[in-house]
Amino acid sequence: MSEVVVQTEHLLRRVESGDTMATIVNGIDLTVYEGEFLAITGPSGSGKSSLLYLIGLLDAPTAGDVHICGQATSAMSESERADMRLAKLGFVFQFHFLLPEFTALENVMLPMRTLGKLSMAEMREKGTKLLTALGLGDQVNRKPGQLSGGQRQRVAIARALSNDPAIIIADEPTGALDTIATDQVFKILRDVANSGRTVIVVTHDVKLAAKADRRVNVVDGKISEIVVNEAAKAPAPATN
Amino acid sequence: MTMPPIFFIAWAHVTNRVRQTFIGVIGVATGVGFTIMIAGVMEGSQRQFVGTLVDAMPHITITDEHRSVSLQPAEQIYGAAQRSNFTATEKRAGITNSNLVIGSLRDWLPGAIAPSTKVTGMIMSGNARFGVTVTGIDPRQEERVSKLARQMVAGELYSLGRGSNAVLLGNALAVKIGARVGSSLTITPGTGNPVTVQVMGIYRSGVRAVDETTVYSLLRTAQMMAGQPDLVNELRVSLDQAFRAEEIASKIEGQTGYRAVPWQAANADLLSSFKVQEKITDVIMAAMMLASTFAIYSIISTITNEKRNDIAIMKSLGMKEYFVQAIFIIEAGLIALVGIPVGWLVGYLLCIAMTHIRYENPITEGALAIAIYYSPVHYAVVGLITLGCCLMSAFLPARKASHVHPVDIIRGAS
Repeated sequence: MSEVVVQTEHLLRRVESGDTMATIVNGIDLTVYEGEFLAITGPSGSGKSSLLYLIGLLDAPTAGDVHICGQATSAMSESERADMRLAKLGFVFQFHFLLPEFTALENVMLPMRTLGKLSMAEMREKGTKLLTALGLGDQVNRKPGQLSGGQRQRVAIARALSNDPAIIIADEPTGALDTIATDQVFKILRDVANSGRTVIVVTHDVKLAAKADRRVNVVDGKISEIVVNEAAKAPAPATN
Repeated sequence: MTMPPIFFIAWAHVTNRVRQTFIGVIGVATGVGFTIMIAGVMEGSQRQFVGTLVDAMPHITITDEHRSVSLQPAEQIYGAAQRSNFTATEKRAGITNSNLVIGSLRDWLPGAIAPSTKVTGMIMSGNARFGVTVTGIDPRQEERVSKLARQMVAGELYSLGRGSNAVLLGNALAVKIGARVGSSLTITPGTGNPVTVQVMGIYRSGVRAVDETTVYSLLRTAQMMAGQPDLVNELRVSLDQAFRAEEIASKIEGQTGYRAVPWQAANADLLSSFKVQEKITDVIMAAMMLASTFAIYSIISTITNEKRNDIAIMKSLGMKEYFVQAIFIIEAGLIALVGIPVGWLVGYLLCIAMTHIRYENPITEGALAIAIYYSPVHYAVVGLITLGCCLMSAFLPARKASHVHPVDIIRGAS
């Protein structure tokens, strides 16, 4: 059995909505395994992105806990959560969020420089390899403004992978891409999962979600359905 | 282990926003430049004025007065004595044994000392009468205690010895009474009969009050006007270091018992006005600094607003809040580090430009060029204060930026 990399316990998130409190994630228990490609689906406002941000430690739960690679995170300080994000998590968003002043390679090197474990030469070599593997070997010195939407998203994926995180968190990574770029990005994420990393993707695209190992449907802040895709990859056991 | 890429990001921000960075640099440079110019002008004018004052007057004047009235014979015997029916004496006491006093002071005094006799009187030219002070001097000794010899604009200091009752007039007085070298005038001293004097020279000290009222003569001429042949009622001291005058005057008083007035005390009113001037200068300079600070605040606020997406992603990638904050403070520092040297140059050029402006000084005579005091201290202090202001002005927007919640930005951009 694969190792558990993400486990949520009675995860609850309430936010102020005018004079009342709205529950956007309502007691979700979810376990995600090493090397699993998990898609989170659901209608707009269902709480799927909120769940993803809680798993990605970008937001803190009102109650419950998120365990990342066996470590409980609810009692962590913001600084410790930042360290955890830097070392264990990689993010890809609908918007690429590349820093426009920097080249593709410099953007990919940014998390590595923040982590500070490698020399400049090593970071440069690793960044170039990642971009080359994603088909951007000839674009390393281009700035985001000189790249297409698909290329930017691939640079963002390379950046997410740069610190060799255990988990890739992707929020609608193909939401702003055309069909060809969407297929490319999804294939890359699939390959990432096949290489042993866990990929958790929020998507509206049912067709793409069907390519995941497991699809978790969220409605009104709760998991309404879990579908295991036997055809995609040997699935890991799931709980709710 | 390498440093977090904060310098790298800060550098990229300022170098990629050329227009904003340029405006920031100009803001800082303007503040620094004008502050340096104001500091140079204010200190320059003060130093010029004090220099003129110091040149025009003795650094210490020892008079024949005592700080405390000496005890009367009865008071030396009894605890209290009643005194009545005082009659003012016609004669001034003068400095007793002035040569001995001068000799004892010369033993240790870091400078020169010369005797003089002061007599007040009226100078007459035609129907015009003006109050003057006749200062009797010994030209050889006077040369060591004052710059009178160099202040002569007509005739020379030693001309005093070449005529009968020769005098030197200040140019302002000479103009007022229409006197020239060779003119004969009448001076009526307060204690004697009118004396006819001959103008042998005209000097210009630069201080109108001196040039209008002081008439120099030989010691014996002044003593003759006072009606006291050996009278020396003032010793004039010139020090190697004029700013030690207060300390040395106090020592002289302690030794001689005579009142010794340093030039600072003699011009206390004027010098106190400098204090007001200094305060005004400080306020103006603070306003300049504030202008630079606002320029930086505005620029860093704009950058942080524009870079909210970048901040969000940097934080989501695991960059800590204080690193994000440091990025924007470093950006302010970079703008300041470029703006300050530019401001130094602007300040220097403004100072040079100011020296071409001439103004009429009511205290000193004639049109003067604005004096500038060039001091590396001004540049260093203004530079450091500006750097500090810039870093502090960036602190608030940087801190606000570092508190950006990534989820808010990510949701907004999606």
